[in-house]
Amino acid sequence: MSKGKLAIYWAASCGGCEISILGIQEKILEVDKAFDIVLFPCGADGKVREVEKLPDKSIDLCLFNGGIRTSEQEYMARLLRAKSRVLVAFGSCAHEGCVPGLGNLHTRKEIFETNYHDSPSLDNPGGTEPHHESSVPEGTLHLPEFYDTLKTLGQTVPVDYYLPGCPPESERIWEALEAILTGQLPPPGSVIGVNTTVCDVCKRKRTEKKIKAFKRTWEVVPDEETCLLEQGLVCCGPATRAGCGALCPQVNSPCIGCYGPNGGVEDYGARLMSALASVIDSNDPEEVERIVREGLPDPVGTLYRFSLASSLLRRSSRQAEAAKA
Amino acid sequence: MAERVGVYVCHCGSNIAGMVDCEAVARWAKENVSDVAVSRDYKFMCSSLGQAMIEEDIRKEGLTRVVVAACSPHLHEKTFRRACSNAGLNPYLMQMCNIREHVSWVAQERDPATEKAKSLISAAVARVKRQEPLEPMKVGVNPRTLVVGGGIAGLQATLELADAGYPVVLVERSPSIGGHMAQFDKTFPTLDCSACILTPKMSEAYQHENVTLYSYAELEEVSGSVGAFKVRIRKRARSVREDLCTGCGACIEKCPRKVVDNDFEVGLGYRKAIYMPFPQAVPKIPVIDRENCTWFQRGKCRVCEKMCQPGAIDYDQQDEIIELDVGNIILATGWKLFDCRKIPQYGYGRLANVFTNMEFERLCNAAGPTSGKIVLRDGKTEPRSVAIVHCVGSRDKNHNEHCSAVCCMAALKFGHLVLEKTGAEVYSFYIDMRTNQKMYEEFYCRLLEEGMHFIRGRVAEITDAARMPGEEGKLIIQCEDTLLGRQRRIPVDMVILMGALEPQADAKELGLKCGISCSMAGWYTERHPKLDPVATMTDGVFVAGACQGAKDIPAAVAQGAAAAARVMGMITKGTVEIEPVVASIDEEGCSGCRICNNMCPYNAIEYDAGRNVSRVITALCKGCGTCVAACPAGVITGSHFNNEQIGAEIEGILWDARAAAGRGAAAAV
Ligand SMILES: Cc1cc2nc3c(=O)[nH]c(=O)nc-3n(C[C@H](O)[C@H](O)[C@H](O)COP(=O)(O)OP(=O)(O)OC[C@H]3O[C@@H](n4cnc5c(N)ncnc54)[C@H](O)[C@@H]3O)c2cc1C
Ligand code: SF4
Ligand code: SF4
Ligand code: SF4
Ligand code: SF4
Repeated sequence: MSKGKLAIYWAASCGGCEISILGIQEKILEVDKAFDIVLFPCGADGKVREVEKLPDKSIDLCLFNGGIRTSEQEYMARLLRAKSRVLVAFGSCAHEGCVPGLGNLHTRKEIFETNYHDSPSLDNPGGTEPHHESSVPEGTLHLPEFYDTLKTLGQTVPVDYYLPGCPPESERIWEALEAILTGQLPPPGSVIGVNTTVCDVCKRKRTEKKIKAFKRTWEVVPDEETCLLEQGLVCCGPATRAGCGALCPQVNSPCIGCYGPNGGVEDYGARLMSALASVIDSNDPEEVERIVREGLPDPVGTLYRFSLASSLLRRSSRQAEAAKA
Repeated sequence: MAERVGVYVCHCGSNIAGMVDCEAVARWAKENVSDVAVSRDYKFMCSSLGQAMIEEDIRKEGLTRVVVAACSPHLHEKTFRRACSNAGLNPYLMQMCNIREHVSWVAQERDPATEKAKSLISAAVARVKRQEPLEPMKVGVNPRTLVVGGGIAGLQATLELADAGYPVVLVERSPSIGGHMAQFDKTFPTLDCSACILTPKMSEAYQHENVTLYSYAELEEVSGSVGAFKVRIRKRARSVREDLCTGCGACIEKCPRKVVDNDFEVGLGYRKAIYMPFPQAVPKIPVIDRENCTWFQRGKCRVCEKMCQPGAIDYDQQDEIIELDVGNIILATGWKLFDCRKIPQYGYGRLANVFTNMEFERLCNAAGPTSGKIVLRDGKTEPRSVAIVHCVGSRDKNHNEHCSAVCCMAALKFGHLVLEKTGAEVYSFYIDMRTNQKMYEEFYCRLLEEGMHFIRGRVAEITDAARMPGEEGKLIIQCEDTLLGRQRRIPVDMVILMGALEPQADAKELGLKCGISCSMAGWYTERHPKLDPVATMTDGVFVAGACQGAKDIPAAVAQGAAAAARVMGMITKGTVEIEPVVASIDEEGCSGCRICNNMCPYNAIEYDAGRNVSRVITALCKGCGTCVAACPAGVITGSHFNNEQIGAEIEGILWDARAAAGRGAAAAV
């Protein structure tokens, strides 16, 4: 049997996904047995122009991590979509936008202001900032265009499968690859993973939840046995798809939600929000307001840390921005 | 296979057609909404002809779904579900679309109203196509009934049921049953002695083999649903053992601690720290008011214990929690009196000789603090003139908009008693005289003949500041006499304020426990104001008496009997069908996070620790959807209201927005 072709690409992401892929360790040899790697900027050679020359659908599998923030990333997404039979949105950024998606709370202008002008660690006397087009004596130079809004891969091109996680756990990657290699795949468009949440694998003891105050991680040393949420820490475990093996709660740290929403959930943050609201132990609107204000100072960053770009909100409202400006 | 949807647009006479172009809407639905096979409009869809039309279409046109655009589902969902059943279509494949309360009754212009009706129908069609056939569940009806409130309405209901052979649990909050009627001297319009007609009913209820009475008790919690409610009753500690007490009263007699009785005697008399509210109290068992008892407050005394021969005094008694299964619940919690201090210009609490109606009831009661003598606050002077002010806190935008329904008659009763007992001049200050029940107008005429004076006009002020000769030392009623068309000042010795009947302070809270709602004012809401006055929107929960609205004793009794009859009907039938619209948890997906566990207002969720999953107890679930929204894993589904159905409904309602914006516009960033 001839070997299949594999592409691994990164867009707006941190590089953790690549490390996680390499984390499958010696199993990489089996991947190598099954595939020729045509593109893997982080781990192997391979040129975009070679990919451009390939016939459509000739790459058997493309693992694409990162969201789409620039025109170049969009170009690559479209190119790899056209060339690949199976396109996997790999990791939280491609799946939900992840932390780069939190940039959607701001406009491009604001992001540039911070990055190139306001940041205290900056030394930029000329006030230089990137331009899509700039003239130099030698001619016109082009940089990729930086979009106002980060989109997920699925919002940009049709995606066959999603592999959640920030980054996806190596074991889950191997399971997914095995499924792909043996053709045992769920229906297209689905997330490869289980349909339950982190609490399902978390070993902590839980009772009925009644919360009088949310605590921030630095405020308490939680006890090792009891459910962290019941101790007042905003643990996202109840809303987050299982897949990590409850790594964070195991080391006494609340789940921050990197595995994204469970199957069938439209909006992760809204789900988590109504769950948290449900367990606040007060019927006095003022007390509830205080509990939320004191315990959840950054609601978007807490509830939508990974999923803002893919949520029903997607980004801060244009009206709010107009009002700010 | 595509669904075949029938759309039926009702005119409701001119109720809907007056504001919505029903014909055009029906035509539009057929032409523009996909999968609509039949669309008709008709004058009265709920009439037998209207129903027959739907049934025939289901049979002849092979409809697989039905949308009825008419009134609120509260009114006719059952009607149209039945029509579908008759024609062999699962009733849950019918959706009602409310174009009356939600459209014609609230709209002001025809065109937008017609457009709104279209949107709602488009939503209903989109949703109904995704509805699933459901089968109602059958539940046996427990023949035991809980009656809350032992006033005349509750007593009537209790006795009707008990006499018919069914067990009743009567829960009364105060130490004795009897309600307000026990405080009255005479009852209008017949002037028979209130106690004489009430106390036999009280003891009958107490002694009845089918009645279990919990007095000094309250309903704490209700779960379950019609036919099979579980109720929790808190029986407060009396500090007196009911099984030993003989009701001799020796303890009361010797108790050294005297307190003002603000309940039964409305502050006009005294009782002891250990007391029975009144001599004919039922049960005839005293209660220690721990707040005022010397032993409880200062750790000294225990006189009552020494006096009690059978040794019934028990200072360590604790509240008792009683859990019971009942099939139906009747709420008969009555009314409370308006706080007359809220109208400072009438001087109650400031001017000694301004009395409330309830105080006056006690004053003229032979068993009351003055042994029935009508005297001023000094306890001895008989008034030579008395003013009765109607509508105090009633028919008043600042307090209660409603008419308290009984004050005019009670005022006439008072007038009669004053004339009979003292020969004083009596003035009634009324806005309208409302005497519209059997023998009421006759009673009014009688008082006219007896010489009571009637002055039509709302009283502006009651003052003791004399301005004219003859006013010194009197209370002066300042008012516009609207019949004479001039201001008048009438000096009197005594004023009686006819305070309003108001809903009980905890009516909303109790209603919530039983799953029923209150009007804005706080009266319990009946299922239908005309046609179903004692049932409520919650099956198995009935209301009777003044808790449903201010009313007189005959009406309260009639409602008590009516509620009992409704309950008997359910018991005789033996089973009830309960809505299959319930939540369910996908156990595979449930992570056992327990977020949902204390969410359910009906306690329908249990946690299975062994399997680490939560589960909905279907028989208890009312399909409210609270848990569905709470589950962060999204694994709870509310049948008949699942995401797909609601999503379709929203998309349907936005049919024209999508057309206007072009497909996918919503997704543009
Ligand atoms: C001054 C005055 C005079 C009147 N005179 C007449 C008259 O002559 N003739 C006439 O026909 N009507 C008269 N009425 C009207 C009459 O009072 C009412 O029609 C009657 O009281 C209604 O009876 P009920 O059982 O509905 O309520 P109530 O008499 O108020 O009884 C309600 C009972 O429920 C109990 N209860 C309340 N809440 C709870 C709870 N949460 N749990 C357990 N128990 C609870 C209360 O303790 C009480 O025992 C008069 C009204 C007034 C104000
Ligand atoms: S600690 Fe977090 S993951 Fe574990 S049970 Fe509690 S909420 Fe769930
Ligand atoms: S113990 Fe309390 S109730 Fe008994 S006699 Fe003394 S004061 Fe009265
Ligand atoms: S839908 Fe959920 S919360 Fe509501 S009654 Fe049913 S189980 Fe309880
Ligand atoms: S909230 Fe959802 S996941 Fe959590 S216990 Fe309840 S049903 Fe299970």
